[in-house]
Amino acid sequence: MSGPKPNELIEKIDYNPPQKGWMDVPVKIRKGMYCYASNPKSVEYVHLPHARPWNPLEEDWKLPDNWKEIVHNAFRERLDRFRSFKVFMDICVRCGACADKCHFFIGTGDPKNMPVLRAELLRSVYRNDFTTAGKILGKVAGARELTLDVLKEWWYYFFQCTECRRCSVFCPYGIDTAEITIMAREIFNLLGLNIDWIATPVANCYRTGNHLGIQPHAFKEMIEFFVDDIEEKTGVKVEPSFNKKGADILFVTPSGDVFADPGTYTAMGYLMLFHYLKEQGLNVTWSTYASEGGNFGFFTSHEMMKRLNSKMYAEAKRLGVKWILGGECGHMWRVINQYMDTMNGPADFLEEPISPITGTKFTNAKSTKMVHLSEFTADLIYHNKLKLDKSRNDNLIVTYHDSCNPARGMGLFDEPRYVINSVCNHFHDMPRNTIREQTFCCGSGSGLNAGEDTELRLCGGLPRANAVKHVHEKFGVNMLATICAIDRAALPPLMDYWVPGVGVTGLTEMVANALIMPGEAERTTNLRGEPLPGMEE
Amino acid sequence: MNVKYMFSLVAVTLLFLLAYVGVEAAGLQVLFGIVIPYAAIIVFIVGVTNRVIGWARSPVPFRIPSTCGQQRSLPWIKASELDNPFTTPGVIARMFLEILFFRSLFRNTTSKLGEGPKIYFSLEMWLWLGALAFHWSFLTVIVRHLRLFTEPVPFWIGLLEKADGFFQVGVPGIFLSGVVLLAAVFYLFLRRVIIPQVNYVSLSQDFFPLFLIFGIAFTGILMRHFAKTDVIGAKQLAMGLVTFHPTIPQGIGGIFYVHIFFVSVLLAYFPFSKLMHMGGIFMSPTRNLPCNTRAVRHINPWNYPVETHTYEEYEEEFRAKMIEAGLPVEKE
Repeated sequence: MSGPKPNELIEKIDYNPPQKGWMDVPVKIRKGMYCYASNPKSVEYVHLPHARPWNPLEEDWKLPDNWKEIVHNAFRERLDRFRSFKVFMDICVRCGACADKCHFFIGTGDPKNMPVLRAELLRSVYRNDFTTAGKILGKVAGARELTLDVLKEWWYYFFQCTECRRCSVFCPYGIDTAEITIMAREIFNLLGLNIDWIATPVANCYRTGNHLGIQPHAFKEMIEFFVDDIEEKTGVKVEPSFNKKGADILFVTPSGDVFADPGTYTAMGYLMLFHYLKEQGLNVTWSTYASEGGNFGFFTSHEMMKRLNSKMYAEAKRLGVKWILGGECGHMWRVINQYMDTMNGPADFLEEPISPITGTKFTNAKSTKMVHLSEFTADLIYHNKLKLDKSRNDNLIVTYHDSCNPARGMGLFDEPRYVINSVCNHFHDMPRNTIREQTFCCGSGSGLNAGEDTELRLCGGLPRANAVKHVHEKFGVNMLATICAIDRAALPPLMDYWVPGVGVTGLTEMVANALIMPGEAERTTNLRGEPLPGMEE
Repeated sequence: MNVKYMFSLVAVTLLFLLAYVGVEAAGLQVLFGIVIPYAAIIVFIVGVTNRVIGWARSPVPFRIPSTCGQQRSLPWIKASELDNPFTTPGVIARMFLEILFFRSLFRNTTSKLGEGPKIYFSLEMWLWLGALAFHWSFLTVIVRHLRLFTEPVPFWIGLLEKADGFFQVGVPGIFLSGVVLLAAVFYLFLRRVIIPQVNYVSLSQDFFPLFLIFGIAFTGILMRHFAKTDVIGAKQLAMGLVTFHPTIPQGIGGIFYVHIFFVSVLLAYFPFSKLMHMGGIFMSPTRNLPCNTRAVRHINPWNYPVETHTYEEYEEEFRAKMIEAGLPVEKE
C-alpha cells in the first residue's frame, strides 16, 4: 500500500495539544484525511440544493451568497425539532471522559477529534448565535462567530466522525456525537457541501434501489453467478426468487454483499441457508427494487434516510409478504431498529414476525416487523434446525467485531456470538474494553470508506486493529467475523495494514460452510475455494 | 492558556471584594443580605424553568437510546434490563443509577499508546470518584443548611449532621462534607489544569463555577471554625428570607455576606451555564427512553411526507431489461 507505513503513522500520533487555543488553530485540510466533493449530478438527481462542482482544497467553495443565513436558520430549525440536539448543545461540562474514547482521536492525536471538541466546534457558534451569555461575553463564554474558516473546520471534522456512538456510552449525560454530526451534515447538505462517497451511492440507491447502482437484470445475474459458484462447491443448486409476489418473507441486505469479496461469500451463505430451509417451509424472496439494506441517506439527512428507507415497506406491501428479514449490515440496523417504523410505519400491512421453521414469535420486532438474520439464525440453531459440521471451520481461529450500530443502536451482542460458537470450534473474544458496547469502529463507517481518505481510515481503524492484533498474537486468531457490509469492505485492508494474516468474514459465510446441505456432494473446499480442514493436498 | 482560569479567578475575587467591601465599608447589608438573594432565587427559578421548558418544547422525533447491553430478543438470551432497558421500570433504574451514581462515568477508561504499537486500556476511576465526592458532599452541605431555613429543625437534618460530623474533630466539629467538597473542587480544578486534553477543551466558564463553589465552601468553613460567625444571627436572616419577613440581624460580619453573595451568584448563574446539566440529564434521549422501538412504534410529531422513487417509476425505467432477465413486472 502506498502512503505512510504503519510505524510512520504511529510516529505521527501526538497526544499533546498545541500551545495555541483551539479556536486560534486554523483548519488545514490535509490529503488522505478527507473525501472528495460530490459529483453535482448525484446531488441534482435527488434534488438536493446547490449542486455544483467544488473542491475542498480550493479557497473558494462556491457557496451560495446567503450561506450564513442558511446555516443560522438550519441550526435554529434543528434545535426546534430535535430535543437531543438542543440538550446536547447546552449541557456538556467538558469533563473530558469522552476524549480518548474516539478511535479517530486515539489514531490521530488531533485534539479536534476528541468528541467534546468536535461538538464544541458547533457549540461555539451555537453560543454566539443562540445564547444570551454568548452574545454578551463572546469569546470569554466560549462563543465565536461563524466564518468561512469555521465552516471549513466543521466540514473537515464532521467528516472525521463515523457516528459510531462510542463516546455516548461513556458520557455521563449520554451526549451522542453521532447526533451532532448528523445535524452538521444536514447543514452541509443545505449548502451543497456533500461528499461523493455518500452522495453518489444515495443517488444510485434512489434510482436503482441499491448504493452500487446495480440495475435489476444485473442484480439477478450477480446472484445467479453465486448460484453457479455454490453448485460448483457443494453440488447443490439453490433457487433464489426475485420480486416474487406471494412470498412470506422479503429479504433485504446491503448490496455490498452482492458486489465484492468477502461479502460475496456471505451472500452465498444467505442463498444456501434459505435453500436449506425451503423444504422446511421458508418462502423468501429477494427484491431488485429494495435491493439495499444500507442507507447512506442516513449520512446525508433524516429526510434522505426516510426517502431511501421507504422502499423496504413499499416493496413488502407490493409483494404482499408477511414480514421482512434483514441481512448483515451495520448502520442499516440502526435505521431499522431506531428509525424505520417511526419514519415510514406503521407497517400494519405486515404480520408479527414468526419463524416458519421454529414457530418462534419475534415479539421484539412486533411493530417494525423486521428481524435480524442473526436473531433468525440463532433461533434456528437453538431449536436444532440446522445440521452443522463445525469442524469444517476448524482452520479458523475466530474473533468477533461488534459493528458499532448493531452494538450501540440495538444491543445485538449474544445472538451473533451464539451463532459463531455453534459453527466453529475456536472462538476468542477481544479484550473487554474493545467489544460489545465498547466496540471500536472499523474507522470507515458513516460513508467514509472512500479511497482518497485512506490515511484517515487507517488511523481510525487503529484501535480496532490493535485489539485484533492482541488476540492474533495471543490465540493465533486468523479470522475476524463481523455482521456489517462496510466492515467486510473496510476491515480487510485494515487487517493487511496493521495485522497481516487475519482475514475477514461475514457470519453467514461461516454458517454456510458448516451447513450440511441435503444432497450435497462431498465438500472439499469452503465457499472461498480454499481446501477444508483435512482436505488439503 | 492561563487566561482561561485567571479570568474566572479574577472574577470570583472581584465578587468577593464587592460583597466584603460593600458590607464592611458601605453598609450594604440590605442589598447583599436581602435584595440580591431574592433576586438570585427568582432568576434561578425562572431561568431553570425556562430552560427546561425550552428543551421540552423541542420534540423527540426518534427514539435513539445508546444501547449499552444485550437487547431483548429471543427468550433464552439474557437481556440487560439496565443497560438496554425494554421497559419503563428498566429505564427508571437506568436513570436512577445514572443520576445518583454516574454509571456511565463509572465505565471510564484511559488509553495509552505503548511500544509495539499496543494500545492499553485501564480503568480510570478518579473522575468518577471525584465527581461523586463533589456532588454528594455538595448535596449534603445543602441539606445540612436547611437547618437554617426551618423551625423547628426536622429530626433527620440532625441525624445527617451527626453522621456528617462523625469524626468529632475540633470544636465546633468538622463536617466531613465541607472538607470533601473543598477537596473535590480542588481535584476537579487540578485535573482541568494538569491533564493536557482536559485543559485544552476547558473554557473560562468551566473554571468559574469551580472557583465560586470553592469560595462558598471556603467562606463557610471560615465562618464556622475561624471567623466564628454568629449562627443565631445567620439563622435569623435565613428565616427572615424564607418567611418573607426579611431582617438584617446585628453582629454578622462581612464574610457571611460574601458567603451568601457567592451562593446568590451561583444561583443566578446556574440557568445560563453548563450547570444546567443537572436538569439536562433527565432529558437526554440517549438515556431516558426504553429501547423497544421495534416492538412499540415511536411517533415523530413532525413526520412529513417525502419525495420517494416508487416501484412504478423504477419499473418504468427498467421494464425492458427486467422482462428480458425474466424478472416479474407489474405491466407487461
